[in-house]
Amino acid sequence: MDKIYYLPTHEYIKVEGETGYIGISEYAAKQLGTVTYVDAPEDGDEFEAGEEFGAIESRKAASDLFAPVSCEVTEVNFALEGDPKLINNNPLEAWIIKVIIKDPTELEGLMDQKAYEEFCQNEKH
Amino acid sequence: MESEMKKTCLFDRHMALNAKMVPFAGYDMPIEYNGLDTEHNAVRTCSGLFDVSHMGEIYIAGRDAVRFVDHIFTNYAAPMKTGQVLYGMMTYETGGTVDDLLVYRLGDESFLLVVNASNLEKDIAWIRDCAEGYDVDIRDYSADCGQLALQGPDSEKIMKTVFGLDVSALTFYTFTVLDGNMIVSRTGYTGEDGFEIYADPRRIVEMWNSLTAYGIQPCGLGCRDTLRFEAGLPLYGDELAEDITPIEAGLGMFVKLDKPGGFIGSDVLAKQKAEGAVRKLVGLEIDSPATARHGFEVLDLDGAVVGHITTGYNSLTLGKNIAMAIVDARYAPLETKLQVRIRRKLAPATVIKKRFYVPQYKK
Repeated sequence: MDKIYYLPTHEYIKVEGETGYIGISEYAAKQLGTVTYVDAPEDGDEFEAGEEFGAIESRKAASDLFAPVSCEVTEVNFALEGDPKLINNNPLEAWIIKVIIKDPTELEGLMDQKAYEEFCQNEKH
Repeated sequence: MESEMKKTCLFDRHMALNAKMVPFAGYDMPIEYNGLDTEHNAVRTCSGLFDVSHMGEIYIAGRDAVRFVDHIFTNYAAPMKTGQVLYGMMTYETGGTVDDLLVYRLGDESFLLVVNASNLEKDIAWIRDCAEGYDVDIRDYSADCGQLALQGPDSEKIMKTVFGLDVSALTFYTFTVLDGNMIVSRTGYTGEDGFEIYADPRRIVEMWNSLTAYGIQPCGLGCRDTLRFEAGLPLYGDELAEDITPIEAGLGMFVKLDKPGGFIGSDVLAKQKAEGAVRKLVGLEIDSPATARHGFEVLDLDGAVVGHITTGYNSLTLGKNIAMAIVDARYAPLETKLQVRIRRKLAPATVIKKRFYVPQYKK
């Protein structure tokens, strides 16, 4: 089973060995409403952990996207360009960027599934 | 933080409807109930119900009431008939905008001013400061007054079915007083036909319950903003501000520069109108899937900054990205080609009319 980790800003990273898939959580997708646009970086772009790598927009607002770990982009999910609502349908499948994780020890500083669910519970109140 | 936030009389109703709440003008307000798009479409196609109890209501009466209202208001109050509503602004000596507001003529010597919640305290202080030497009584009724807005093409029919009220004789921007203490006006902030109802909080809650029980879609502040934006209506803080005059905002038709005695700021505004404002509010159509939002830079084709976005949305009714922007007047003519900086990218933009959606008022 893939390991999945989250940032407090609601980005997830699904980990398969050295590869990571970065997107936004189900909770965040629901909060945003219908996604109208994903502003994604390009193949080969590199980001530090915590650095802004793009933005996601709904009719309501635009939210910056932050890199959970230091990484290099190997693929951008082009399906989202034509149909950004895929994120609403299944946020965990509709990843935004595929990356190479530079330093796997950075994952230790992120929330796992259980910690993230508790975090969202607290955010509601 | 949360405990300090004010609640409208309908707060418990919003909780019961599981609304998503946000802080707005010091109030804990619903931004949406069933999704912005659903609520927006309900108002455009049938009807929607808004809690706007946060709005400020200021009562002005007395021997000098007419003269005083005309002293602080850009529109012309003296010729108003009882039962009439006028839209306009209050401006500073500089011509900058204190607030935009509705003025209701309650009687020969009495008015109700309906102001933005976010400006209420500032407005009250301003009005009191300006009242020196005028024989007027100024009262803030905001805390005792609830307000609903029923908006959309079916609103007249719904008023009849749900409340037995025949409001067909009310024309746009007129009102009636029912039972001595309830105001129903044919006004709104959506570009659709509709009514705004002012009453004591208990009655407002009863009416809200009747309307939602009948199946009217409750609507949050989210679609209130997208609806007013499509209709080209300004929001204080975006299109109007202390440093944006009504002339710059293209609201000259609500500024009566030649009324007897003028009003606070009228000299500056008259000069601005005569010489031509150096900045103007325009509409922009943006050729990009990304949305230009408040504060984003507007540039000419050479890359020089010539203004900023005041409001922008991916318009549900029009299906494209549009915005309002304050730009250097040289770039205001229709069809002018500009650019908007959306994060790291520049998007092409064209100046269009800012009334993106033609309002469907019942005149």
